[in-house]
Amino acid sequence: MSTMEGYNFAYLDEATKRMIRRAILKAVAIPGHQIPFGAREMPLPYGWGTGGIQVTASILGPQDTLKVIDQGSDDTTNAISIRRFFRRVAGVATTEHTAEASIIQTRHRIPERPLREDQIIVYQVPQPEPLFRLEPRRAETKRLHALADYGLMHVRLYEDIARLGHIAKAYDYPVMVNGRYLMSPSPIPAFDNPKMDRMPALQLFGAGREKRIYAIPPYTEVRSLDFEDHPFRPIRAPHACALCRSTDTYLDEVITDDAGGRIFVCSDTDFCAERQAAAAPKEAAE
Amino acid sequence: MTALTAGFADPVLDAQATFRAVLEAMSRPGRVQRAGAGLRPPGPLNAAAAAVLLSLADADTPLWLDAGAEAEAWLRFHCGAPVVAAAGAAAFVLATRAAPALASLAQGSEEEPQQGATLVLQVAGLEEGAGWRLTGPGIAHEHRLRVAGAPPGFVAAWAANRAAFPCGVDVVLCAGEHLAALPRTVAIAEG
Repeated sequence: MSTMEGYNFAYLDEATKRMIRRAILKAVAIPGHQIPFGAREMPLPYGWGTGGIQVTASILGPQDTLKVIDQGSDDTTNAISIRRFFRRVAGVATTEHTAEASIIQTRHRIPERPLREDQIIVYQVPQPEPLFRLEPRRAETKRLHALADYGLMHVRLYEDIARLGHIAKAYDYPVMVNGRYLMSPSPIPAFDNPKMDRMPALQLFGAGREKRIYAIPPYTEVRSLDFEDHPFRPIRAPHACALCRSTDTYLDEVITDDAGGRIFVCSDTDFCAERQAAAAPKEAAE
Repeated sequence: MTALTAGFADPVLDAQATFRAVLEAMSRPGRVQRAGAGLRPPGPLNAAAAAVLLSLADADTPLWLDAGAEAEAWLRFHCGAPVVAAAGAAAFVLATRAAPALASLAQGSEEEPQQGATLVLQVAGLEEGAGWRLTGPGIAHEHRLRVAGAPPGFVAAWAANRAAFPCGVDVVLCAGEHLAALPRTVAIAEG
């Protein structure tokens, strides 16, 4: 595939890639620790995945097949733009199928299909600091991480239980990585948190505006924060997917008319389409 | 002094391939990767170590090395990394003979453990499936790695390095065109 002239392979210059690559390697060596890096201005605004794009650009090679999802969907504006961006500047193959991808860049979901050892998942992260809403001073949160002092977050979760009877955090649910660092899993639904634990694939996180990179190596313990008497429970809408009838995937609620009509469908469009395709011949035979 | 040999044939894609090999090695400690095929660096620098430094070292990373004048000139030219006299001040430490003590290298701080050095350690051979028993992040159960020519007392020094987590040194072992990595989280048991 031909790439755009006048740009380096995968858009970033080599010095920037080296800087990001060094940060990624240290991030893998210190699971869950946020590493500052010099995020570059990218040809799309902060908040559209500049951190994830810079990580992807730094690891991407011509042999890779890239999948990009936005809230589980392959066909939203953001996902399509990023896929097209890398087709143009790196000439890589792209796919919408989780099983075919070697690198998956994601905004706010982990695919339903379990990831393999030969895959890398890159998360777009808006706010890498899990303590941000509790302690706005960066110098202070840095020290709290150094001391592994995460009492603030436990108190925050406890206050939910005291007020509401349960932990009211449905997404960006904080996790402990390898028993040492408190980490933001990015705004994935809490439903996806268990998938991070001992995942065979390497997980990389990039925050462009906040200029942080962090990582979870394969087969690393990732534990959602909870209490003995209030164990972590992934939240899921109690419905079946209207399209593929799945009862164990994460669902989006879709409003269908002005009269209160609504359906629930899988957020992972590729997984849903595969299930529908697999079910179709069976139904035809019946 | 002889003329400089070439660096990467394709600086962009060879650096990317080498980085992915190091990333894979660092993500799955004890698995042996290939890097530096076709490179002819001056001795005693081996191809894998040369590739690692070509792809990761530059003007921002102070380099310490014990590989002699010819290898130093080669790395200065191709990487542009400033060579420092004290191993403790280097981001990348290249050891081809007697490796400096892990504890003498940059350790990072509790707040900035990423400032810990990366030791590129040349060894005689790397072989999967026998030797050390490695456990830790990146390893499902246990990986085994036989390292021929590891420095004496390395396993004990490594235990101290690991105990200092999150501070510490990460190691990339290089033999010929093969490499394996030891991130500071990995536990080594002699097997």
